[in-house]
Amino acid sequence: MNPESSSLPDVRPASRRGSLRRLVALCRKESLQIVRDPSSILIAFVLPVVLLFIFGYGINLDSTALRVGLVMEDQGPEARDFAASLAGSPYLRVIPAETRREAGHALTRGRVRGFVIIPPDFSENLKRAGNAAPLMVVTDGAEPNTASFVENYVRGAWQGWQEHRGERRGEPPAGRSVNLEPRFWFNPSAESRNYLIPGSITIIMTVIGALLTSLVVAREWERGTMEALLASRVTRAELLWSKLLPYYALGTAAMLICVAVSVFWLNVPFRGSWLVLWLVGTLFLGSSLGLGLLLSTVTRNQFNAAMAALNAAFLPALILSGFIYEIRSMPPVIRGVTYLIPARYFVTAIQTLFQAGEIWPVLGQSMIFLLAASVFFIGLTALKTRRNLE
Amino acid sequence: MVHRIFSLVRKELQALLRDKQGRLLLVGPVLMQLAVFPFAATLEVKNNTLAVLNEDAGPESFELIQRFSQAQAFTRLLRLEGERELADALDRQRALLVVRFPPDFSRSLAAGKAASLQVILDGRRSNSGQIALGYIRQMVNTWLAGQRPAPAPELVVRHWFNPNLDFVRHIIPSLVAIITTISTLVVTSLSVAREREQGTFDQLLVSPLTPGMIMVGKTVPAILVAMFQATIILTAGIWVYGIPFAGSLPLLYGSMVFYILAVAGFGLLVSSVCATQQQAFLGTFSFMVPAVLLSGFPAPVENMPVWLQRVDWFNPLQHFIVIVKGVFLKDAAPGVLFQSLWPLLVIAALTLTAANWVFRRRLA
Amino acid sequence: MPAPVIQLEGLGKSFPGGKRPALGGISASIHPGRVTGLVGPDGAGKTTLLRLMAGLLTPSEGRVAVKGLDPAKDAVRLAPVIGYMPQKFGLYEDLTVGENLALHADLRGVTGPERQESFDRLLAFTDLSRFTSRLAGRLSGGMKQKLGLACALLGQPEVLLLDEPGVGVDPISRRELWRMVRELVAGGLTVVWSTAYLDEAELCQEVLLLNEGELLFEGEPGALTGRLRDRCFQIRDIAGNRRQVLTRALCRPEILDGVIQGHSVRLVLRPGQAPPDLQPLGAGPAARLAPVPPRFEDAFMDALGGGPGGESVLARHAHQASADREIVAEARDLTRKFGDFTAVDRVTFEVRRGEVFGLLGPNGAGKSTTFRMLCGLLTPTSGDARVMGIDLKKSPGRARQKLGYMAQKFSLYGNLTVGQNLAFFSGAYGLRGRLQREAVERLVTAFKFEPLLDAPADSLPLGYKQRLALACALMHEPDILFLDEPTSGVDPVTRREFWTHINGLVEKQVTIIVTTHFMDEAEYCDRIALVYRGRVIAAGTPDQLKSQVATADQPEPSMEDAFVGLVRQQEAANPPDLAQAKGA
Repeated sequence: MNPESSSLPDVRPASRRGSLRRLVALCRKESLQIVRDPSSILIAFVLPVVLLFIFGYGINLDSTALRVGLVMEDQGPEARDFAASLAGSPYLRVIPAETRREAGHALTRGRVRGFVIIPPDFSENLKRAGNAAPLMVVTDGAEPNTASFVENYVRGAWQGWQEHRGERRGEPPAGRSVNLEPRFWFNPSAESRNYLIPGSITIIMTVIGALLTSLVVAREWERGTMEALLASRVTRAELLWSKLLPYYALGTAAMLICVAVSVFWLNVPFRGSWLVLWLVGTLFLGSSLGLGLLLSTVTRNQFNAAMAALNAAFLPALILSGFIYEIRSMPPVIRGVTYLIPARYFVTAIQTLFQAGEIWPVLGQSMIFLLAASVFFIGLTALKTRRNLE
Repeated sequence: MVHRIFSLVRKELQALLRDKQGRLLLVGPVLMQLAVFPFAATLEVKNNTLAVLNEDAGPESFELIQRFSQAQAFTRLLRLEGERELADALDRQRALLVVRFPPDFSRSLAAGKAASLQVILDGRRSNSGQIALGYIRQMVNTWLAGQRPAPAPELVVRHWFNPNLDFVRHIIPSLVAIITTISTLVVTSLSVAREREQGTFDQLLVSPLTPGMIMVGKTVPAILVAMFQATIILTAGIWVYGIPFAGSLPLLYGSMVFYILAVAGFGLLVSSVCATQQQAFLGTFSFMVPAVLLSGFPAPVENMPVWLQRVDWFNPLQHFIVIVKGVFLKDAAPGVLFQSLWPLLVIAALTLTAANWVFRRRLA
Repeated sequence: MPAPVIQLEGLGKSFPGGKRPALGGISASIHPGRVTGLVGPDGAGKTTLLRLMAGLLTPSEGRVAVKGLDPAKDAVRLAPVIGYMPQKFGLYEDLTVGENLALHADLRGVTGPERQESFDRLLAFTDLSRFTSRLAGRLSGGMKQKLGLACALLGQPEVLLLDEPGVGVDPISRRELWRMVRELVAGGLTVVWSTAYLDEAELCQEVLLLNEGELLFEGEPGALTGRLRDRCFQIRDIAGNRRQVLTRALCRPEILDGVIQGHSVRLVLRPGQAPPDLQPLGAGPAARLAPVPPRFEDAFMDALGGGPGGESVLARHAHQASADREIVAEARDLTRKFGDFTAVDRVTFEVRRGEVFGLLGPNGAGKSTTFRMLCGLLTPTSGDARVMGIDLKKSPGRARQKLGYMAQKFSLYGNLTVGQNLAFFSGAYGLRGRLQREAVERLVTAFKFEPLLDAPADSLPLGYKQRLALACALMHEPDILFLDEPTSGVDPVTRREFWTHINGLVEKQVTIIVTTHFMDEAEYCDRIALVYRGRVIAAGTPDQLKSQVATADQPEPSMEDAFVGLVRQQEAANPPDLAQAKGA
């Protein structure tokens, strides 16, 4: 060894105090950058609230008051009685039409989602017992979900009317009958908002976590500051943690805002414990920040990283998390893919926490998977992080 | 002038198609979504688990359970014993819903009284639960109808445009609209931002090309690219997914042009405000996500509160999905389509004017 | 001589996909207590070499040792020893001066009483004490550079690696930086300074001259320039056209290299040749040859075997600019405000047909803003800008058809091929059919693009990019050509070729307006407006500006001396208040 090297200060590999000081300094730097960049504030605080409101008001799967056309080709008292009972249904808004043609036109246009035809021989047929099909229902199959709602609501109204009619006429019940008594285990009012909002928090947090961090490492590369950092004594772990911790704090704040807006403004009941929510949220943020950091570290380019974050985080979270679309209905291959998506576990966990409270078997399983995902993404990022410019 | 615009368009297409990555980006995501969306984005209930708590010992409950287990919706049947198992099955999401036969179920039926049947749904999955409830109700009714000596009058239900309520017929037309939106935004707003960052935009501005020509030069490639992608989806929809094309193709492509103009207006507006690609990306994102969520694709527009429906009038995607479905599935007459087309014209006029104005102002 | 601090032994570095190694087998030593210049044009391998020394890259072959250690393997032990300032200074623009310093102090483990003491010392040294709470992004180029230096000096390193500290910095700040570096070196620090400005090489005590990854020369700069003693001359008192004189001179076999310097022409002779006879060059009866001291750039050209020759094929094919007016561009009371900051303040000048007009000034002085208003990229807040007599506010399209524009950095479509770029720009300027084909063919022939037509523009070497950009700007045969810092970072050979073309165009009465902070380019101008703090503080021919600062001690000031002197005079007359300084 060259004699000059003896004059070097004796530096033990990253003494612990020095390391902590560097970490704190890097975190402080990152936080200052967050605070001074309006776009990160926008992504972390404004976008979640806007999206939450869109999910809260814009996405409503309970069809309240569907518009349904009614063609009365029979004007008899029975027909009018049924029409009145149909109009009385809280789920339907009846819009009368003169002819089938007119109703069909309205359906094509999307003005109504279905129409009911009371045929000219309606009253006649009713008198003859056992005759099938006195009533016709047409739905708009272009909206399959709404179409099945229309069918169910009209069917319900039709059966209700028939029973009511039987009672009024003092007839004995036409035979055996079964009363279905639906009951909701959680979410007794069955409002879709109560399960959509917690689910949407998942989507929002995935997007924010991945979008925010996808830009941060790439930005340091593009601006040339990474080179200055690498030339100092910063270690890989310090670099990684200094990116994770401030954005974890920001993500937690964003999540808190989301939950607060959901509970106090949109009145979604919250039955779990905040502590557990924080714990699950931490694990989930770990995975989504990790994903963002990974993309950023691999691409080193803000534009590509953001594009990749959109495709790797947003769309899978929306489609494959089980938040809107039932995972069990998907074909096996796609179902297999959903097991790899952290959002899937967070959807389950947060919906359970909101509506059911602490159900440990469910929460525990989710937490284990989220922990594994966090370790996987952060670990992979650590592997991909280089201490040099190669 | 036409020749100059032609030069711009050719350059734009060359830049998009020149490298392999660019070509891949035009086709790859489309094929991916085409493969995943129709299968994943369905509100149908299939392959689920039904849990049964049978406290009744009669043959009727046994018969009903047999019927339930034959349904496509429930491929697995979970037999429960007692309240605790019921609670556990729901809590742990082992079943989508539980059907509970009370001890007097068969007796009530035998006595000609109305028997009650409890269906307990998981509130965390209440949408799928309610759909499954519909299936249960139908199965019970069919069973009852078969029991009666003289069956009660039934309904005749016809689902127009989609007799089997196949979700693919809802998804493919919506996908046409969504993909068109994304590619139009990418070609307009992001490419302008990139030109700005790379300095080529200045080079355009010092040439005799007017801002109007530059805008046309960005819009025409968007129209070509978006139409190309839409064609891929249409072709796959017709030949792979077997959806009959009901309407007229010229009508569909004609209205697509107006739609792309409306979206290109948004894209150019975003790009004329933004200085960097990052800003353009955030701007595009904040337009695209709400536009998709409020388009009527995930949930019907008519379910929204009235004030939001009014705001949503300015969402071009909403109108275009109606048009695509109208032509594709319903063979809607031009007069009918015009109801959705004129809002697009208004939006296109507004956004393009605004973009042009900001464009010129930024030069100032 | 003490033992070297840094030793390079057959050091080479290749990147995947690169056609040739970025650095090919370099052996050299860098000695303590000296400034060693890493000199060469863009793409010479300077940054790669610095990064290898800083341990940010690992060598593909050979080895590098800093104080006997491998910088890549012993990064932890070497980190306190090496101070490194990357290009663009590596500062966080959204952090204040104080915060940037504090961050680097923590990263380098500067703590305790030593910390505040270092801050005070470095802030005083860099004269940044007043600005500790200002965001780094709001600093001028010169101040950023000083802050970058201060950050690199924290923890008192023994070796300071500076990657192009002079880029984007005006001559005044550059001189200040050199003063600071000399002070540091006197204190025993070893400095490695990379630069593309060949004039900076002369200030170094030792030089490694790089070109295309090869080491051309190692040693004191004087040893290289010494080879050219008695071979450098200026032709002074030229009566005729000095551009034609230069063109003719470059065609002669005994001339190695030549450039225009104000009213004079500087010539370098090939070894062992006698100076040429002036009369055949058309220099006029009063012309005389004056010996001048050789510069490092002359030595560089000599090492490469000479310049590109004097005749421009392009100009031979070029059209004659229309002669219907004498004043082709004018600015009258041109003013532009951004918020309450006045970037350009009542600037007035006229540009005559067939002249090269230069806007010279430090960064942020307002020359780019003026320039952008003249070519219609920015609308003036008040005042008029006219090109070919057309008001740019009223009919910009008509004016633009007559002007050509070449941006500061390469700004053609990088992912399009050469042919596609040419086709696009000819189309954008309204050429079509036979005219378009002819225009493209003419430029392809003039610039020898044939073999490159299908290559993406991004893949071209810098010199070809430069030519392509010029070709696209000239496609429509403009009468006036706007050049924004056209040759910054370009090697001297390409720069000479570029100016040969420009000179040829000027002979055809094309007017050139050029912005620059590059003194060599300023020398090519017929007239210069010196812009400072938004105003024109001096205008005239290069020689007139130089004579304004000539003193008894400095009878023949350089262009840079003139620049620095005039700006200092202005500052002395109107001391800048601190509030105004932020826009600089």
